Amino acid sequence: MATVRLSFSPAPVHVRTARLVGVAVARRAGVREDLLDEVRLAIGEACTRAVALHRQYQVAEPVLVEMSDTGAYSVRVVDRAPIEASIGLAALDADQLANESLDEDDLTTGVGFALLAGFVEDLQVRPVEEGVGTEVRMVWPVSR
Amino acid sequence: MELSLATRAVGEHTVLEVGGEVDVYTAPRLRERLLELIDGGARHVVVDLGRVDFLDSTGLGVLVGALKRLRAAGGSFALVCAKEPLLKIFRITALDQVFPLFPTVDAAIGVDPAGAGA
Repeated sequence: MATVRLSFSPAPVHVRTARLVGVAVARRAGVREDLLDEVRLAIGEACTRAVALHRQYQVAEPVLVEMSDTGAYSVRVVDRAPIEASIGLAALDADQLANESLDEDDLTTGVGFALLAGFVEDLQVRPVEEGVGTEVRMVWPVSR
Repeated sequence: MELSLATRAVGEHTVLEVGGEVDVYTAPRLRERLLELIDGGARHVVVDLGRVDFLDSTGLGVLVGALKRLRAAGGSFALVCAKEPLLKIFRITALDQVFPLFPTVDAAIGVDPAGAGA
């Protein structure tokens, strides 16, 4: 069993670092090569979402990314934003995406959730157990 | 890899070649460049994603923003993308139904500008 934890100040520049670490640990854990692009994208989307929320609510605390290869490869991305998030957000269809009244931030949020839901079969979005915030949990199978 | 941006004119089209990673950190630079082009009078813009090796929701948001801005100005916007991992991103988000997508720049600029992206 191995656990790698990364916490970073909520700034866009660090999301790339989180992606790189997440993929490196995934590769070492035995996630199939052809899934690594999806791992990279999904970790990036979860971290981007967390950074955006921290900035929106002026939360200076770091974003936490925890990777573990116990059984499968699991990644938790934890934010500390005071909202009740869930994965219930419906994916936007083509007409909504092209609608002039949809602003870029809302579009990016919708597209980000569509990518998470589309690329991660085992995805959970739930409130953290202690304090405020949300945990996005993603699991990928490993072959050893 | 850092974001790279290079612009060239092909007839009445402006081709913006994008390379590297387009993410939450670099997407603002892409947005700025597209706005500069559009504010500078470009009306038929082709964004070539051929050398992009990472594209996230923030980058997609910027591209949709440019598409809408150009349509409102009576222009056109097209994307060049032949890489399967990127095409999958467009399919999953339904953005393949929003953007005119072409496998090559030639195919993108071969389209009648008056009809592209309409």
